Parts: sequence; structure tokens; C-alpha cells
Amino acid sequence: MSWNRHEMAARAARELRDGDYVNLGIGLPTLVADHLPPDVDVVLHSENGLLGVGPYPAPDEVDADLINAGKETVTVRPGASFFDSSLSFGMIRGGHIDTAVLGALQVSARGDLANWAVPGKMIKGMGGAMDLVHGARRVVVLMEHTAKDGTPKIVEECTLPLTGRACVDRIITDLCVLDVTPWGLELVETAPGVTVSQVVALTPVVLNC
Amino acid sequence: MDKQVATAEEALADVADGRSFAVGGFGLSGVPEVLIGALYTSGVSDLRVVSNNCGVDGRGLGVLLAAGRIARVTGSYVGDNKEFARQYLGGELEVELIPQGTLAERLRAGGCGIPAFFTPAGVGTQVQEGGLPWRYAPDGSVALASPPKEVRVFDDTEYVLERAITTDYALVRAARGDRHGNLVFHRAARNFNPLAAMAGRITVAEVEELVEPGVLDPDEVHVPGVFVQRVVALTPEQAADKGIEKRTVRE
Repeated sequence: MSWNRHEMAARAARELRDGDYVNLGIGLPTLVADHLPPDVDVVLHSENGLLGVGPYPAPDEVDADLINAGKETVTVRPGASFFDSSLSFGMIRGGHIDTAVLGALQVSARGDLANWAVPGKMIKGMGGAMDLVHGARRVVVLMEHTAKDGTPKIVEECTLPLTGRACVDRIITDLCVLDVTPWGLELVETAPGVTVSQVVALTPVVLNC
Repeated sequence: MDKQVATAEEALADVADGRSFAVGGFGLSGVPEVLIGALYTSGVSDLRVVSNNCGVDGRGLGVLLAAGRIARVTGSYVGDNKEFARQYLGGELEVELIPQGTLAERLRAGGCGIPAFFTPAGVGTQVQEGGLPWRYAPDGSVALASPPKEVRVFDDTEYVLERAITTDYALVRAARGDRHGNLVFHRAARNFNPLAAMAGRITVAEVEELVEPGVLDPDEVHVPGVFVQRVVALTPEQAADKGIEKRTVRE
């Protein structure tokens, strides 16, 4: 047993507090918005220049000028605002965004994050991730515990190009929740049916359990 | 004062090979596609482009990219643009990838006369330490890599020095504009457009609707006309032709 993608997103949604300004990364983190508890009202920030991102539009509401950072068509909620990308990153760098939820290729025991390139193979670009990891007050990584081929993604040292050093606060995977602490990674909880020894076996890093 | 130019081709008639361009837009939203099309038609090449993304196959800057007209790109996100990846990894295209907020601020700073600034983004990564491949050799080795950048500590935090960007031209798209070059954007199509407009020495704006001076409420102007040198009015068909990269709808 482990958390499926929606359960992972729901677990990440529990990290958010009512009134938070939140940036959700592309892919799995975007699903977090669908799993917010009813009593938690957050304002979603999108790097291109909007606060107050709403759900996907009805087919007749689609507007090419209204997209999120993942280039998906979206809507806005009451209280939304539009601005240019410089002001958008001013909000990020200036510490006005409470939480960022990002995907990752690798996270190290010290909280280093790699999520934007595999040299010679994949170059998606860093987008806003390098700004977010130093600007958002709290950085949560949401990712599968291992790569599709079973290769560990939680590692002693990242081997892929870094997005930022010592920038991750919490890691949520399909198996567990881990905190980055000054004394290493700490196992906070496991997914239902997942044992501590299973997590340890798939994590080549010393875990404080 | 009348900055209107009759056609996109005329507005870009003085562009020569090798010129630099700041191009507005994010994904396919707010991209000056008619001006990009005029550059394609004019045949200019060896272009140096500053833009967050580089279009998709057949749209936006993807049109110039596919034709091999772009020599260098400064951007932050390539995504799944396979032709971009092919040209970059094959050594045909020089690429400077930088953090998105750094890109936005480098353009803004360039337009504001601020030569450089410090930001935390990229500290401790190749963006700051250097070694990011800018250009590959045909054999796959790195022919040109990014240089290291200066770091300074302010209040116990490290920051990296980033230089401002100015360009020969800027290409932007706005929902409404007047003959003085005042621009108003629609929703999230604003994105990089004001920043590109500020960074260009000659800024050309394509506007979905051209209005007379005085029609735009001064309170609603997003880019004051001082930043815009040429205005091209789009036809209703051109104004309505907007690309969507990922059409997502709710059930």
C-alpha cells in the first residue's frame, strides 16, 4: 500500500493553512488545489502574474489570455489580481508567498533540490523554481519516493544540477512524509500500510525515525 | 504624436541580421505572433532572443526557431519543445537558461537604468557557480559554458549579482493601445510584456484594438507610451487568433 497521486496531493493540501498565499508547481503539485479541506481558504499564486487562481473553466469560459504557470487554461476567484512577471517574482523573493509545493528529481539529506535538468538529456529549464525555493517561506517537495525504474530520488548528495541548496523543508512522497532538519531527514509519518522498514529500504540516507 | 505604423512588416523594416529582441508572452499567452510572423517573412536571421519560452511547433517563436533564424535564446523554460532541445543539444542554438524571476528583473532593470542587482535565486547552483552549457559542440561536448557570477552576503544571506538586459528591439502584444503607445493588457497576457517593452531600445507593440489618445483612462494604462516607439493595429482576425498550449476544462 502507498498513497496514490490524489492521496499524495491530499496529504500535501494538509500542509496549507487558511489564509495562506500558495504557489503550486507544474504536474502533481497542481492537484493539491483539488484537495483543500473546506475550512481552508488559500490564495493560489501563478508565476506568470496572477493571484487567486480558480478551477479549470467550463468549455465555454476558456480564455487564451487566462492561463496558469503550467500553461493550462484556468479561471480566477473573487479577489483575484493580475500583474506583470517582475511584480510576481517580487512577491516570491520578498517573502510574501507562504508555501511553495514543487516536484523534484532528487532531494538530498540536507534539503538540496534538483528538479530542472538531466545533462545531455532533458532540459526543461528551471522556470521559477530557483526563485521560489529561496523566496517562499516554506518549501514542500511532492514527488514519487523513487524514480520509475526504482532509482532513489532521496539521496545523500544530488548528482543532477541543483535548483537550490538547503532549501527544502518537507518531502511528501507516495510512501511517507519526511522533514529536513539540522540533524538530517526525519520520518514524520508513513502512508497507510507502509512500514518504516520499507521506507528505510528505499531511502539510501540515514533517517531519524 | 502618432506612433502607428501601417503594417507589422513596415514596423520591422529596419531590422538587420544579428539584432537582439526582448519578446513578451508566456507560453502562447500574450505573444506578439503577428510581429514574429513579419520577422519570419522578412528573412532576417542570426537573431538573439530574450523570451521566457520559445514558442511551440508552428506557433510563437517556434516559427523562427524551426526556420533556423534564431542564434541565441535567453529564457527560463523550454518545456517539451523538442525542436528547441534538438537544436540546443546539437550545437545549432546557443541557450542561456536563467531563473524566471531573474529574467523578469533583468529586463525590468534594463528598462529602468539599473545595470545590475543581487538576487538569491541560483546561489550555490550552476547559475551562480558557472558551467551551465550555453552551446554544445557537434560531438556533444560543451563548447561554451556560463561564467561564474559574483556573490555577496547581505544580512547573513548569499546573493548573486545579475546584469540587466537591454535589447535592440522589443516585441510585445497588448489588448488595447493608443497612438501614443499607451498599452493595456488583458488578464494574464500581461506577463513579460511590460518588462520586454521597457528593455527594448525600439519597442514595437501589436495591439488587438487601437484607440485614439484619451480613450484609455490614464488610471488603467499598464505601460506608459514612453516605452513604446511603434504601434501596429491588428485586424479582428489577427486579434482573435490566440493559441492555447494546454486546454484544460472542468467536466
